[in-house]
Amino acid sequence: MAGPYETHEYDVIVIGAGGAGLRAAVEASAQGVKTALICKSLLGKAHTVMAEGGIAAAMGNIYPEDNWKVHFRDTMRGGKLLNNWRMAQIHAQEAPARVLELEEWGALFDRTPDGRILQRDFGGHRYARLAHVGDRTGLEMIRTLQQHAVHKGIDVYMECTIARLLKDGDRVAGAFGYWRESGRFVAFTAKAVVLATGGIGKAWKITSNSWEYTGDGIAMALDAGADLIDMEMVQFHPTGMVWPPSVRGILVTEGVRGDGGTLKNSEGKRFMFNYIPEFFKAETAETEKEADAWYEDKKNRRTPDLLPRDEVARAINAEVKAGRGTPHGGVFLDIASRRSADYIQKRLPSMYHQFKELAGVDITKEPMEVGPTCHYVMGGVRVDADTTATTVPGLFAAGEVAAGLHGANRLGGNSLSDLLVFGRRAGLYAAEYAKKFTGAVKAGVDQLASVEHELLTPFNHHGGENPYSIHMDLQECMQNLVGIIRTESDLKKALGEIARLKQRLTRASVEGHRQYNPGWHLAMDLHALLEVAETCTLSAIERKESRGGHTRDDYPKADPSFGKINLVTRKKNGALSITPEPLPEMPGELKQLIEEQK
Amino acid sequence: MAGRQFIMQVWRGDAAKGSFQEYRVPAAEGMVLLDVIHAIQATQAGDLAVRWNCKAGKCGSCSAEINGKPRLMCMTRMNSLNTDEPITVAPMKSFPLIRDLVTDVSFNFEMAKRVPAFKPRPKGPDGTHRMQQEDIDRVQEFHKCIECFLCQNVCHVIRDHEDNKKHFAGPRLFVRYAALEMHPLDTNDRRELLKDKMGLGYCNITKCCSEVCPEHIKITDNAIIPLKERVVDEFYDPLARWLRKLTAKGS
Repeated sequence: MAGPYETHEYDVIVIGAGGAGLRAAVEASAQGVKTALICKSLLGKAHTVMAEGGIAAAMGNIYPEDNWKVHFRDTMRGGKLLNNWRMAQIHAQEAPARVLELEEWGALFDRTPDGRILQRDFGGHRYARLAHVGDRTGLEMIRTLQQHAVHKGIDVYMECTIARLLKDGDRVAGAFGYWRESGRFVAFTAKAVVLATGGIGKAWKITSNSWEYTGDGIAMALDAGADLIDMEMVQFHPTGMVWPPSVRGILVTEGVRGDGGTLKNSEGKRFMFNYIPEFFKAETAETEKEADAWYEDKKNRRTPDLLPRDEVARAINAEVKAGRGTPHGGVFLDIASRRSADYIQKRLPSMYHQFKELAGVDITKEPMEVGPTCHYVMGGVRVDADTTATTVPGLFAAGEVAAGLHGANRLGGNSLSDLLVFGRRAGLYAAEYAKKFTGAVKAGVDQLASVEHELLTPFNHHGGENPYSIHMDLQECMQNLVGIIRTESDLKKALGEIARLKQRLTRASVEGHRQYNPGWHLAMDLHALLEVAETCTLSAIERKESRGGHTRDDYPKADPSFGKINLVTRKKNGALSITPEPLPEMPGELKQLIEEQK
Repeated sequence: MAGRQFIMQVWRGDAAKGSFQEYRVPAAEGMVLLDVIHAIQATQAGDLAVRWNCKAGKCGSCSAEINGKPRLMCMTRMNSLNTDEPITVAPMKSFPLIRDLVTDVSFNFEMAKRVPAFKPRPKGPDGTHRMQQEDIDRVQEFHKCIECFLCQNVCHVIRDHEDNKKHFAGPRLFVRYAALEMHPLDTNDRRELLKDKMGLGYCNITKCCSEVCPEHIKITDNAIIPLKERVVDEFYDPLARWLRKLTAKGS
């Protein structure tokens, strides 16, 4: 029997309480609408807390030459021009104000000698641009937003997992989920819903992502009829830990390279000089001597160690394949030979701690072993650049769940700024939408019997498939077949495997009862994980070129005709389709900014 | 190493009843305790409840009592424990149990709601806030807190006296108060609240909280004692009080 369920009514609900969700909730609430924030974990534990390096914002505190135009250009070039130009423009223009606002709410960024916010060098950014707090910027950001939201009295539903979006005809009308603590279902009705659910990295085996990153927001949006774009674009961060096996994939911040660390192969060579693509030749140092000069004076051309992440990840992959890797299948990242122990401990305290505790390596004395790790999905829910509205009325999306800003590859530091800029816009426009909405909200809470039945099915099977085994097999499949380097035959093999895993999921069984049951939770997550894995693979088959986070061994070059299109994923009557659609046309004056090779 | 097993005694149960249950898990190189718990979940007890997020010591979700010692499971390497003996894993004791290793930590979130908000002074003439690094080093230390609540868990004031939770904020919250009180831009004054409602005086500086902090924040020395001094200066030292009245907010 379905329901009646505990039901809450709001103007705006925000699903997800990382940087984007918190910022959206703060904004919606400030607009005077009744707002709720719903999150899978406890407040303050979302994936944003793991962000290390900083928030990219052209404040010009270190280099007065920096401004939004340069940031816009860097973002577009880093994204191999697949970005939504308008999002990149808004992002670059608004990021500085969003950083200063955090300071107004209590955040304490590292300072310059004259007392302003210090900015750090990062890959693909022409100028030192990342506002940061050592290597724990995400923690500072999430705590500041969390405390601000709490003081504003926003209702927070913690450890409450949303499983489905509710609709009234074409428009979104709420959400349905369950309390982890009791296992009981709960419904929310809302005039507008903001998705801020993050990414999909838990579909891969070697990943920097936390357990929450199961693609549930993307899958719920797709199921609700929203368009997705660029689902093939997955970022493998070049530097994750590789040893010991239990910590493989844990992130090593790009800040290590920004602050002086260099990549070396087993022969001790700085191999990145062999991997400078034509696209970045003009701005990249060609010799070690020239690169070393950049550390002293940033007016020099920058070291190739700080090329955009896709370039560095592929280079590391190639070095290891060529037999020049470390004993544990990575490469060396060395900061000890350039910087003092004091400097390293002050600038990179959590990296120091992480290697010391987990690997027994003292990074002030020895090099780290690093290799690529699945980190971020550039693709996701298609949104309107200005309002973050998805193609489903009443549904908005911001942060990693949304797509467009980063194109084919995200620059480091552009994620935290994305969360702030578009989180605020999502809250603002969701509130505006809710205010204008005058009809009754009909979420059909009394018609959820089939959803309830579906969610509880794993309890009715006995001795069926173990959800943990299905998850591990999916991770193995995506790692081996839909990884950094892809081919059509591998991708097709992956599709077959995903279809088999979907079959297995129908037979999944969980033990125990509904109260705080991680096996049950995983069985529900797997629905989303398999769906995003499938969309990623389908999209990857269609993009017959190499660009950014998508590298095809069988189509190793970028193809200009693919540079003009997004691949759009839609779901109709249970069937997925992939359609190429032209990118929005960029105004001439912005095109010029990108072509300038200063 | 081949064929070696960890013998684990993991607490299973809910608020009504429960007991330690034994699991054996094959040892692999570099494992942390959370890996072992995950291995149990994946192969032997799919419903074993445990909170975790980042598995990198950054989110503070996986607090537990390991061989009786409060720690993060993700930062406890198995080779740091005596694995010849069974290893016990129990939930934090000071919070009501939900299930297995998961406790109800809502006390901390309720206390956080009662903290008077950050209230910055106006911006400088150039429209920004200028601050020197040395003036924020201390507060940045407090901002390192990952809210694992291990300090709350070990604090005798609440661990041994449940009733005290009504009028005692606990070490985590004192760190939060200290961060606000010492913030160069903040203009709020929380000293009276600390003295009258948050039970700052209950702390008898045994430093148990500092010992368990995975971020190595010197909770007692750098947060609690200076807060106590500020309260003393404000309410028990007439000269200092008079001097302070002459300045805006005091040190």
